[in-house]
Amino acid sequence: MTSTSTERPHAAALPDERGRFGQFGGTYAPVTLLPAIEELRVAYEAARRDPSFQAELEHLLATYVGRPTPLYFAAALTREVGGARIYLKREDLAHTGAHKINNALGQGLLAKRMGKPRVIAETGAGQHGVATATVCAMLGLECVVYMGELDIARQSLNVFRMKLLGAEVRPVGTGSRTLKDAMNEAIRDWVTNVETTYYLIGSVAGMHPYPMMVRDFQAVIGRETRRQILAQAGRLPDAVVACVGGGSNAMGIFHAFVDDPEVELHGAEAAGLGIETGKHAATLSAGRVGVLHGSRSYVLQDDDGQIIEAHSIAAGLDYPGVGPEHSYLKDTGRATYHPVTDAEALEGFKLLCRTEGIIPALESAHAVALGARLAAERPSDAVVVINLSGRGDKDMHTVAEALGVEL
Amino acid sequence: MTETTTGSRIAATFARLRAAGETGIIPYLTVGYPERDTILQVVPALVEAGAAMVELGIPFSDPLADGATIQRSSQVALANGVTVAFCLETARELRHKGVDVPLIAMGYFNPLLSYGLERFAAACAEAGIDGIIVPDLPPQESGELREALQRHGRDLIFMLAPTSTDAHMAEVARRASGFIYCVSLTGVTGARSSLSHRLPDFIARVRRHTDLPLAIGFGISRPEHVAAAGELAEGVVVGSALIERLGATPRERQPSELAAFIRLLRGV
Repeated sequence: MTSTSTERPHAAALPDERGRFGQFGGTYAPVTLLPAIEELRVAYEAARRDPSFQAELEHLLATYVGRPTPLYFAAALTREVGGARIYLKREDLAHTGAHKINNALGQGLLAKRMGKPRVIAETGAGQHGVATATVCAMLGLECVVYMGELDIARQSLNVFRMKLLGAEVRPVGTGSRTLKDAMNEAIRDWVTNVETTYYLIGSVAGMHPYPMMVRDFQAVIGRETRRQILAQAGRLPDAVVACVGGGSNAMGIFHAFVDDPEVELHGAEAAGLGIETGKHAATLSAGRVGVLHGSRSYVLQDDDGQIIEAHSIAAGLDYPGVGPEHSYLKDTGRATYHPVTDAEALEGFKLLCRTEGIIPALESAHAVALGARLAAERPSDAVVVINLSGRGDKDMHTVAEALGVEL
Repeated sequence: MTETTTGSRIAATFARLRAAGETGIIPYLTVGYPERDTILQVVPALVEAGAAMVELGIPFSDPLADGATIQRSSQVALANGVTVAFCLETARELRHKGVDVPLIAMGYFNPLLSYGLERFAAACAEAGIDGIIVPDLPPQESGELREALQRHGRDLIFMLAPTSTDAHMAEVARRASGFIYCVSLTGVTGARSSLSHRLPDFIARVRRHTDLPLAIGFGISRPEHVAAAGELAEGVVVGSALIERLGATPRERQPSELAAFIRLLRGV
């Protein structure tokens, strides 16, 4: 054991009762929301300890979502890269095509348990919006999804899916017209309709208890991966790799390994056109500590504390904040975060299509690119797990445009 | 605590209002909207028309407690290059122009954190800003800023809402100074046609926890709102309705137009 595991509290011990991961996290919220946030915290604590809630969640994760998702040994990708053995955690095979459903289902059940008839959500790429609309359809809850106008334009397929599923999609035309602004608008809706409305946040961001709760609902990814890699490889991986926007799929797979010091944790941040161009979403690599959307974390901001518009080819990573627990893992040195550009992500995208017959989401393609790079640096008996957080069907238009193909 | 006149400037204003049996009108203006120097032209006229204090809004890119009007004014102000430093400079110039009512800065937490909380508190004292309102900073997260402001004799003004629990009210009452900002409704800022019918009960609940003066804000746009809120509280904040008028008025008429609106609201 290295010293880090004794200096740092166990992963499950964080956040503290104030919602802090070290200096990060907390509850920076308008006064109107404080009772609702407290009500949520209490309801979630009760649900977490309630065997009947957990049993219903597990049952639906198995029979509705299709869990456990496979851990797949990517033999051809491994051969092509020529380094460590690469395994893919296939969250792209979960119902609705991404890991987002794990959290949407957990929080949907919680909303129902709390007696809230109306659910609101923000979405970037549309995967969280689709997952929320799906769960609301299944549970009989009203669903309103806020989405930036720019994202609506580049993710029209997911907008159509949400509408088919019975959700109302409200375009957000303020600010950068992307995920950040959708989240502002969702919070304004929540402030206005707080008594009837459950705000279903899609990432490990926002005010306490969201970063903890969303992590807990996504931690099923890491629990399964740990069991599966021990069964298939007979050992823990040398490195676990995931993309990080807000960071929910990454926290989901990291959580089960945080207390295993021999397992390196690597996050792929969207470097867009390159950090030096200013057109990126690499919050942990290039941001400063600040407060956005209810928690203290790294934030992309200018010298005067104004939030900077992010850029990424992947709408789901196009966010100038990041979950507070990632900031904590960065500052404690437990996880390492690497910038991956749009161009590198596209190479990762093509690599996985070509070698494995798997079309990844552009978000996940960032993890593929980083995972391939890290695997290439390692010997053939090393093991690297990449979290393939979503499938790429939604990105066909964007990829075609980037490759100069007219559909 | 350092020697200061601050507490007394806000307290003295409320004492004067109480003695006169008047409701204090507290206009809110976003610094730098619609032009960088608008406030310098307008505020002296507002004070002349009887504004009891003035709130100076520090613009933020992501004002999540604000409705469309203040979102827009914030975007325009940022496009005009307004910074925290410029807001402080604006307050300083108002003092030089002889404006002597309390000045309250209202801004979201991140720009203040970025400026440096101690540096900000010191600058407020130097610029003549008496109190600070931070709409996304609840009491449990306010320690560092509150201590810095206390060191420089400034008041941290807390907010309460109709949804606030008794426990939360008690906590705010313990830490508050200056006055308490009571949010009239469950929602974001913006002009509304009527006040919430739950307002009297809400204000009565707040009174059970504190003797501090109360100001009611959010949604107040008409003389009848001011009259009704004035029955309940010592002050009323008017923001979006004023900003809408400001945006619709040519520059040279802004001081007289806004002063007339303040007189209309006061019923004089």
